[in-house]
Amino acid sequence: MNSVTPEQYQSASEIADLVATREISALEILERHLNKIEEHEKDVHAFNLVTINEARAAAKETDKLISEGENVGPLAGVPVAIKDNLCTKGIPTTASSKILEGWNPPYDATVVRKLKEAGATIVGKTNLDEFAMGSSTENSAFGPTRNPHDLTCVPGGSSGGSAAAVAAGFAPIAIGSDTGGSIRQPAALCGVVGVKPTYGGVSRYGLLAFASSLDQVGPFATSVKDAAIVHEVIGGYDPLDSTSIKQAPNSFVNEIDQGVKKLKVGIISELMGGIDGITQEVIDQTNIAVSTLSNAGAQVEEVSLPAALYCLSAYYLIAPAEASSNLSRYDGVRYGLRVDGANLQEMNVNTRTEGFGDEVKRRIMLGTYALSAGYYDAYYGKALKVRRLLAENFAELYKDYDVLLSPTSPCTAFKLGAKVDDPMTMYVNDVCTIPSNLVGHPAMSIPFGSGKDGMPIGVQILAPPMKESVMYQVAHTLEKASQ
Amino acid sequence: MSDSISSDEVKHVAHLARLRLTSEELVTFTDQLRAVLDHAKDVEALELNDVEPMSHPLPIENTMRKDIPNPMLKPSDFLPQAPAVEGGRFLVPKILGEEE
Repeated sequence: MNSVTPEQYQSASEIADLVATREISALEILERHLNKIEEHEKDVHAFNLVTINEARAAAKETDKLISEGENVGPLAGVPVAIKDNLCTKGIPTTASSKILEGWNPPYDATVVRKLKEAGATIVGKTNLDEFAMGSSTENSAFGPTRNPHDLTCVPGGSSGGSAAAVAAGFAPIAIGSDTGGSIRQPAALCGVVGVKPTYGGVSRYGLLAFASSLDQVGPFATSVKDAAIVHEVIGGYDPLDSTSIKQAPNSFVNEIDQGVKKLKVGIISELMGGIDGITQEVIDQTNIAVSTLSNAGAQVEEVSLPAALYCLSAYYLIAPAEASSNLSRYDGVRYGLRVDGANLQEMNVNTRTEGFGDEVKRRIMLGTYALSAGYYDAYYGKALKVRRLLAENFAELYKDYDVLLSPTSPCTAFKLGAKVDDPMTMYVNDVCTIPSNLVGHPAMSIPFGSGKDGMPIGVQILAPPMKESVMYQVAHTLEKASQ
Repeated sequence: MSDSISSDEVKHVAHLARLRLTSEELVTFTDQLRAVLDHAKDVEALELNDVEPMSHPLPIENTMRKDIPNPMLKPSDFLPQAPAVEGGRFLVPKILGEEE
């Protein structure tokens, strides 16, 4: 097995401490990571763009501020990789699509701005499934990303480049977006921590929209504590995002060590064998996590989330419906690609036909169909009702339970090319992660053991909205036990 | 079980979405969309008359801000990004063809 993962990861908090106390410069930290990228990026292809010059300038600026006695923030000198569907001012942002060819956003996404303000060094833009539509990062106009644990396997998706960048040691932190599992599933497949915050908890300003009622930005890290630190940095109210929550929580790290004594944990039976396609080794590993929490003092019980059975269908109607509307803006007029035509409509058609890849076209057509007269009630309308049932199921469970547990991905990383020609088989990868997006709840994946193939397995922790603190406590407990 | 979507419907939907499909693509996409919609028959079959649809995770109505001028992007920030510009505006091909 051809693997490029480092023997040991250096944590973001450790780097920030060393840089802030001038034990090491931000520039030296950056150069070490650039060397890693230089060595292995050609095999992994985590990045669409490595912003070497801007990164060096930023690291030097951080070092200068520190030498002047300025407080540079909790991510001083920490290299961070940004998913290429988040706007970076003056730096190409492609969503791994040909349709945004040549586009340099005129502004930074709020999360990018906050990371810079916290002292982070942005190292580049990571590969993704085009417009975040996919579960393997094979739907990229710039070629697939490979899993650092085994280069013949996919890293998961859609934030596969971000997950792979962290797993390969290219950056201790990466940012992704999660619409149906696009942070958690690649985190599981690449053996790193991935967090989808509460919907509205992290600003979506500057995130290229896929499905606006589901999209949420979150961190990848090599430890639960690092993820919590980054979540604190990027989280909080943003007046530029109309769905941002005013009371969004952004204090998690202080309580991370509180353990799980007296917590009630529910295991979602539908995702532990109730639904077909979830492999036994993943279920077994999740059961080990259950015993771990039980030994640590939590009260663990099996629970039922009946609407989970219908989530996959509901999601693959709702997300494409929203996408078909959001992606109508790519018309060859204001930015990106234009393929000329005799009149406006022909130009629109030529541009979109040439600019979008197959998976994006599939979802646009699916969404257009689900929203069209005569089918709206049967498909989109029904899916929205399933969403309500699911929200009621969760609300009922959270009266009695603090968090819920399930696998993150139904299987370990699969081979490149294995599922890409069969969309429905690919969609099943999201079966465990979709429920949290439909209801806007936080959830995260942490690495927990590995499968027979030696590839990482992730366990998912789900929590009620705005209750990330308890989610991080549970994750931290599991992390300590698995080390 | 009747087919959930016909190739004529896929053709129509592609037109609505401003996409052009080759004849091979039409066959492939029809099969693939049909597989997804067949899977969705489980949702289609549910009796949910008494359930309120939920279109968004947060119960927000309108988000208003105070009417105070804020700095905003100038045309010179974004017009250079456009494929074609004339006189400070986006330039598009003619909207009505002669024969239409």
